[in-house]
Amino acid sequence: MLEDVVRFTFNVDGEDFSSAGAASVQVKKHLRQMGFSPEIIRRVAIAMYEGEINMVIHADGGVATVEVTDDSIVMILEDKGPGIPDVALAMQEGFSTAKENIRSLGFGAGMGLPNMKKYSDSMKIETEVGKGTTIIMTVNV
Amino acid sequence: MIEYKHSVSLDVSKCKGCTHCLQRCPTEAIRVRDGRAAINSQKCIDCGECIRVCPYNAKKATHDPLDCLNDYKYKIALPAPALYGQFDNLDDIDFVIQGLLDMGFDDVFEVAKAAEMVSGYTRQYLRTEGLKKPVISSACPVVVRLIRMRFPFLCENIMPILPPVEVAGKLAREKALREHPELCPSDIGCIFISPCPAKVSYVKNSFSGEKSNIDSVVSVSDVYFKLIDAMKKVDAPAAFTEAGNVGVSWAISGGECTAVFNDKYLAADGIENVIRVLDQIENSDFPELEFVELNACNGGCVGGVMTVANPYIARARIQSLRRYLPVSPNLHPLSEDVPADMMLPGFEYIPTAPLHEDRKEARRMMAEIQEIRKDLPDLDCGSCGAPSCAAFAEDIIRGEICADECVVFMRRVFHDYLSAHPYEQALNDNKDKEVQNGK
Ligand SMILES: Nc1ncnc2c1ncn2[C@@H]1O[C@H](COP(=O)(O)OP(=O)(O)O)[C@@H](O)[C@H]1O
Ligand code: SF4
Ligand code: SF4
Ligand SMILES: [Mg+2]
Repeated sequence: MLEDVVRFTFNVDGEDFSSAGAASVQVKKHLRQMGFSPEIIRRVAIAMYEGEINMVIHADGGVATVEVTDDSIVMILEDKGPGIPDVALAMQEGFSTAKENIRSLGFGAGMGLPNMKKYSDSMKIETEVGKGTTIIMTVNV
Repeated sequence: MIEYKHSVSLDVSKCKGCTHCLQRCPTEAIRVRDGRAAINSQKCIDCGECIRVCPYNAKKATHDPLDCLNDYKYKIALPAPALYGQFDNLDDIDFVIQGLLDMGFDDVFEVAKAAEMVSGYTRQYLRTEGLKKPVISSACPVVVRLIRMRFPFLCENIMPILPPVEVAGKLAREKALREHPELCPSDIGCIFISPCPAKVSYVKNSFSGEKSNIDSVVSVSDVYFKLIDAMKKVDAPAAFTEAGNVGVSWAISGGECTAVFNDKYLAADGIENVIRVLDQIENSDFPELEFVELNACNGGCVGGVMTVANPYIARARIQSLRRYLPVSPNLHPLSEDVPADMMLPGFEYIPTAPLHEDRKEARRMMAEIQEIRKDLPDLDCGSCGAPSCAAFAEDIIRGEICADECVVFMRRVFHDYLSAHPYEQALNDNKDKEVQNGK
């Protein structure tokens, strides 16, 4: 008997900057196959994309899991990066610690976390400096 | 739903089932079943990638034969700007125009000329208040279909202005009727000389909502040989090109962009790049852009599959041909607003069918797909006839194929069976020995 949840797991490679964002594209495709509305898919895709990019540029990659049930889509982004010392500060629009070389690529505008919050119905951040960060975002269907 | 008329098709008798085309298809529309390729018409965007890659020329671009000229009393050539990039040592487009007349056309209406008008209207359109930016060019039909199928939130961004070829057809027809009152509309044939099959589907599916102004579409490559003979005989062309730098530049990637006269634009070419750019724009993490030009083919339309020359060489030729052309002689007269008959009705999202209409059922099927994938090797080798193990898993769940088409899976089943049946195992070993002993 299959569970009432479909789970997708992605290894987000911290070394491979060029493929950052690939998991988001996959999730988009899967959600479409499952018949979700374009609005829901867009919100998930953006939240997921921002989270994925953060894992690559701030935390050397990690694991992204997406769980789809009847009434929600849950994204769990786990990394073993440096952690976020001041979450309230990190959540502010425009705040970024991204290095110059990252900014020159157009990332590091400091809108990632605010967008993740905006596009999900709930977002929980568990983080410990030196240990890593886990972000759980839920989009209700 | 109206069936989409495609312009890329398969010649089954030539297909060897080699699977080369499977992974090149950007929408995973191809499967090899019973040793032959098959294209899913719901997914195909007519990009022509499979035509490029097939070693046996089994994939073909549908277009009209050159004989179609005989169907019309008054034949007008509508050469795509990409045509000008096909010739070695050409330093003046006038030779092309004269050559077209000499090979049997009664008139030539350059698509480049119409392109300049479209550029002018694009600038006007970009000034419209409340417009969803960036505006995305509608010139490449592959891109338009791709957006409509995959990027619901970008459908609104597609520029709703007639593409140059349609404008050219419309104006050419009007001009013919004006100059030759004795003609009736059915005498006139507007014959587009096209770099790609996609433009053919554009015409056949009348994107403009009404009947297309193009009567026939022939390929650049078919015209090329006849035209080059005619051009060789031209000493001093009597005809003149009316195209400017802006219009001719539409043949190459970035050409349409520069015509919008500001620097907030992006041009991407090659279908994979196009998809990546669209994904990023849809995720809205893009700098402020006014205009986006996307060409499915590498290098732009000079890279179309119905051209002759290498796209990069053609590009260089276009660059030198345009050098001494006036910037844009065809801009006037432009009306204040984009005229209604130059506008397209807008583009609707065409959702692809989910695994199942019922979302619960679709999710259950997705879970099964994930289960099956665990048993597949993720090699994406193509020998099962699907472009990837993931697509194969989906095909299995959709009931289109059986898991034992996967050789890796079958080998494992076989080994499991043997280890569970020591007697057969022994028999098998014996057989091996017999073979070795030459029995
Ligand atoms: N996974 C993470 N690990 C460590 N730090 C993070 C992580 N995600 C975000 N941050 C911190 O939060 C800041 C703000 O993130 P965000 O809003 O996405 O902006 P940006 O990524 O553009 O810097 C980042 O600059 C970084 O310091
Ligand atoms: S590339 Fe595709 S169409 Fe061409 S022979 Fe191989 S399987 Fe058939
Ligand atoms: S880029 Fe040009 S030649 Fe290539 S498919 Fe698009 S319209 Fe056709
Ligand atoms: Mg970020």
